[in-house]
Amino acid sequence: MNSEKHKKPVLELKDIKKSFGDNHVLKGFSLTLHEGENLVIMGKSGSGKSVMVKCIVGLIQPDSGSIRIKDQDIITMGQKELDFLRTEIGYLFQGSALYDSMTVRENLEFPLRRHKDKIKNFQGTEASVHEALKSVGLLDAIDRMPAELSGGMQRRVALARALILKPKIIMYDEPTTGLDPITANEIIQLMRSIQKEYNTSSLIITHDVDCARVISNRMILLVDGINYAEGTFEELSNSKDPQTRAFFKN
Amino acid sequence: MSKSSSFLNRSKTFFAEIGDMTYFAGRFFRELFSRPFEFRELLRQCYNMGNRSLFLVIVTGFILGLVFTLQSRPTLTQFGAESWMPSMISLSIVREIGPVIIALICAGKIGSGIGAEIGSMRVTEQIDAMEVSGTNPFKYLVVTRILAVTLMLPLLVILGDAVALVGSAIIENLKGGVSYTLYFNQVFDALKFSDVFPATVKTFFFGFAIGLVGTYKGYNCAKGTVGVGEASNSAVVYTSMLLFIIDFIAVFVTDIFYTL
Repeated sequence: MNSEKHKKPVLELKDIKKSFGDNHVLKGFSLTLHEGENLVIMGKSGSGKSVMVKCIVGLIQPDSGSIRIKDQDIITMGQKELDFLRTEIGYLFQGSALYDSMTVRENLEFPLRRHKDKIKNFQGTEASVHEALKSVGLLDAIDRMPAELSGGMQRRVALARALILKPKIIMYDEPTTGLDPITANEIIQLMRSIQKEYNTSSLIITHDVDCARVISNRMILLVDGINYAEGTFEELSNSKDPQTRAFFKN
Repeated sequence: MSKSSSFLNRSKTFFAEIGDMTYFAGRFFRELFSRPFEFRELLRQCYNMGNRSLFLVIVTGFILGLVFTLQSRPTLTQFGAESWMPSMISLSIVREIGPVIIALICAGKIGSGIGAEIGSMRVTEQIDAMEVSGTNPFKYLVVTRILAVTLMLPLLVILGDAVALVGSAIIENLKGGVSYTLYFNQVFDALKFSDVFPATVKTFFFGFAIGLVGTYKGYNCAKGTVGVGEASNSAVVYTSMLLFIIDFIAVFVTDIFYTL
């Protein structure tokens, strides 16, 4: 954990607050994600984890606080700059969110349409699509429609789409939810191999203790909209605090 | 008390929705003229909307012409005015019935389709995924669809009118022994520029209304499958109402313009 602290921060959230009417979801949440780090956020359903991630990518505007990605404040940023910065961030949605009217190939080509120039040594659209699909082991599914794929395959294609612009940060919103244990384990292994291959920093939102144990360098427990506890998997799972321990009971 | 407060709340919601829709329309015009332009998606939408509505428009137009002629014939015969049939039918179809009926049919087919498609994309986070990938979903999904319906509807209406006149000519030929040449000569004699032009112009507004309401309902769809159903259903209901309002305004303006 200490070694992570010496690395450059790629994402910093400070005192983020967000309410929907009387429902105060985030009440001053902060985090720092370092280069090459896997940071896991755990919290109960409805604790504001997805809202927090959507604030990071600019889908939801926080009420107050600051969000800095690579030293750029995204809250004060113009739309064009934000769109460009978003190409630095891959996002794996909870339900995969594949475009169901497009083939797997078209799904992967979509982010490339406007941002090809962002990729260093761009080999061409076809080569990029092939490379991304190869890295998730689904090259055979290139011309299939999302509806023809299983849940696990859809998650892999979504991961390939998140990787296509070679982002430096990847956000995983409950990557193993709704998958059987074997497929969930395959996705976790895939996440590890992607981090090694692409040298990405990852922010992972999960309920899955196995996923957190395997993948996390550091964890934050989000309870009632604030950072309740922070540390490594071992530190938190051995905590004496009953609320912290409750997250690790299977 | 509760009834009046419920009425007040519903009125508030109604006017708030009109305000939101006006803002949505304003955003459409802002995004329409800003780069990058989504030409490929626009062409794809034009093809989808035009091509997939062809059969429906042809069938509806043909039956409209047949039924309208069959129903009008006995009355005109009673007054010995059968020879007026081609001009009366052509004026009614081209000026009013054709555009309104075809627009209503397209509101059902295209408007509900847009509402359901964009609504389900909203619910399944596909629109969020598009935004996160650095693509403007409003431009890609909304602008292209509104523009496509606005451009395609006038063509569909012209086709529907033409097919309706063919249907009418067939009935006139079978029932009254009027030759096709005579029938269409009378049709073209009766139709003036002042009949065709305003009727065609208003179909652009009809198309815009279908696209605007469909995309607005889908884009602002509530969560869940119920939300998608509501988006699709209310797109048709609102559009149908709006089409009649636009038609009334168009007829009113045309009337003022030509009486000046």
